[in-house]
Amino acid sequence: MSAAEEIVAEGQAVEAVPKRAMTLGTGTSLLVLAVLLLVPLVVKNFIIFQLTMLLIYGVAVLALNILTGGSGQFSLGQSAFYAIGAYTSAILMETFNVNYALTLPVAGIVCFAVGFLFGLPALRLSGVYLALATFALATAMPQLLKLGYFEPWTGGVQGLVVDKPDAPFGLPISQDMWLYYFTLVITIAIYVASINLLRSRSGRAFMAIRDNEIAASSMGVNVALYKTLAFGVSAGITGVAGALGAIAVQFVAPDSYTITLAIALFLGMVVGGVGWLPGSFVGSAFIIFVPNMAESVSKGLSGAVFGVLLFLVIFLIPHGARQLAIVGQQLAGRLRR
Amino acid sequence: MELFTNQVLAGISTGAIYACMALAVVMIYQAIDHLNFAQGEMAMFSTFISWQLMQWGVPYWVSFIVTLAFSFVAGIAIERVLFKPLAKAPILTNVAGFIALYSIVNSCAGLIWDFTIKQYPTPFGSSPFLGSQLISTHQAGMIGVTLLMLLFLFVFFRYTRIGLAMRAAASVPESARLVGVNTSWMIALGWGMAAAIGSVAGMMIAPVVFLEPNMMLGVLIYGFAAAVLGGLTSPLGAVVGGFLVGIFENLVGTYIPGVGNELKLPIALALIVTVLVVKPAGLFGRPIVKRV
Repeated sequence: MSAAEEIVAEGQAVEAVPKRAMTLGTGTSLLVLAVLLLVPLVVKNFIIFQLTMLLIYGVAVLALNILTGGSGQFSLGQSAFYAIGAYTSAILMETFNVNYALTLPVAGIVCFAVGFLFGLPALRLSGVYLALATFALATAMPQLLKLGYFEPWTGGVQGLVVDKPDAPFGLPISQDMWLYYFTLVITIAIYVASINLLRSRSGRAFMAIRDNEIAASSMGVNVALYKTLAFGVSAGITGVAGALGAIAVQFVAPDSYTITLAIALFLGMVVGGVGWLPGSFVGSAFIIFVPNMAESVSKGLSGAVFGVLLFLVIFLIPHGARQLAIVGQQLAGRLRR
Repeated sequence: MELFTNQVLAGISTGAIYACMALAVVMIYQAIDHLNFAQGEMAMFSTFISWQLMQWGVPYWVSFIVTLAFSFVAGIAIERVLFKPLAKAPILTNVAGFIALYSIVNSCAGLIWDFTIKQYPTPFGSSPFLGSQLISTHQAGMIGVTLLMLLFLFVFFRYTRIGLAMRAAASVPESARLVGVNTSWMIALGWGMAAAIGSVAGMMIAPVVFLEPNMMLGVLIYGFAAAVLGGLTSPLGAVVGGFLVGIFENLVGTYIPGVGNELKLPIALALIVTVLVVKPAGLFGRPIVKRV
C-alpha cells in the first residue's frame, strides 16, 4: 500500500480554458475601447482616478492570469512583485530624477528578473507548495521593505512621496485625465502583448504544461524554462502595474503592499474567470468598488464581504465573469432569433 | 557558550508555539492533502471565544474545554458546509476557498472584538521556571502541553480503531471505503481535530503575542515552516520542526548581525523555500512518488 502504487488521477491544478475563449471578439473589444476613451470626458476627477486604478489593478490581475490561467501555476505573492515595481519606480523618480515614463520599463525588467529568480526554486514546487512559498513571500515583503539597510532609498516605514506628472506639450487636460490616458495606452499595449504571447509558441507551451506537464515534456517542451519564464513575465507585468500604481497614488509605503493586496489580486482573478483575459478587468473593478461599498456600511467589513462573495463565486459561477459573459452571449443570440 | 545554550533554551520555548501550530497544519494536511491558509485565523477566533467566556466570568479551564469543543464542532461544520462540495474541484478552487475563509474569519473577529490588543491570561503563571531567567512557567507549560498533544495524537493514531480508520482514509481512500470506513466523515473528523489543536495553540500563544485579530499571521507562517521542515505527513516531524525552527530563529537573530525581530518573516520565507527545494519531503516525511 505504498504511495507509489496509488494512481494519481487528479493532478490538475486549474481547469483548462480553450485558447479561443481567452479573449473578446473584435466588435466587443472596439466597443469597450470606445467607452474607455470617452468616459473620462464626462465624469469627475475622482472617478477618473478610480478608473485609472481599475486599469492598473486590471493589469496586475492580468499578469496573475497569465501565470495561473496560462501556465497553471499559483501565486499568492503578487503583491511582492507589485511592491518591487512600485518602489523601483518611486526610487528612480525621487532619488535619480528619472522621467516617470522611463521608470516603467525599468520596473518591468527588475521584476522580471526577480520573478525569474523566484521561479527557479518554485520550479520544484507545485500546487499547494507553490501557493505556500508565494504566500510566505507576500507576508515577508513589507518587513523586507522596512529594513534599515535600504532606508536611504526606501524611506523606511514612512515610505516615499512621488510627484504627479503634468500633461506634456501643454495639453489642456487635468493631471488625472492625462494619467488616465497614459495608463490606458500602456494597459492596451500590455493586453495586446499578452494575447499575442498566449497565442505564440511560448503561450502554447505554457498551456501544454498547464494541461499535462508530463505529456508536455515528452512533446519536447522545456518545462523548467517555460515555467520560470511564465513566472518572470507575470512578475514583470505586475511590476509595471506597481510602477503605474506608485505614480497614480503618489505614495509608496511598505504597509500598502501586504498580503491583503495579494489576496485581492487573487480574488480579482477568480472573480474575473481564470484564464479569461478580459475578465481581469471585471475582477479589478470588483476589488476596487466592493470594498468601498462594504466599508461605507461598516468599517472592517470588506474582508468578510470579500470572503462571502468569493465563496458565492466558487459555488455558483466557478468560471467567474467568463461564465456570465457566455450566458449573456447565448441570451443575446436567442433574442436575435 | 553560555549565550549559545541560553539562546537554544529560548528557542525551544518559542519553538513550542510553532510546534503547536504545525501540529494543526499537519493534521489537516493528513486528512485532505491541502494546506489550510485559514488555520491561524480559525485558531485566533477560538482564542477570542475563550477570552469572551472569561470576560463573562467563566473560569479558565472551563472556558478552555468549552472552546475546545466549540472549535471541534466548528471545524466539522466548516468542512461539511463549505469544503465537502469542493473535494473534487481543482486545487485553485480549494486555495480560493481557504483564502475566502481566512478573510471572513479575520474580518469577523475584527468586527466583533475590534482590532485593539488584549491581554490574555495564562494558567501556568509567568514566574521564572525552576529559577531559570530564560524560561518562564508559562513557556514550560506550553512545551508540556505541546508534548502532551503529540502523545495524545500518537496514541490516537496508533492504538485506536478510529485513528487507524483515519490513517486508512488518508492514505488509500478507495480501499478504506471497501472495508467500510466512512472516508467522508474521517475528513470531517480531521478538520475538527485540526481546529481543536489549533485552538489549543491559539490559547497557549495568546499570552505571549497578545490577543488581536492579526496575531496569527506570523505564527502561521512559522507553523508552515515548521511543518514543512518536519515533513507535512508526520505529527512528530511537525513538533521537532517547530522546536528546530524556534532555535534556528533565535540563533540567527543572535549571531548574524542586523537580523533582528524585523526580519522574522523573511527568515521563515527563506527557510520554507530552502527546505522545499533541498528536501521537499522534510525531515520525517515520506517522499511522494507519483505513478505516471
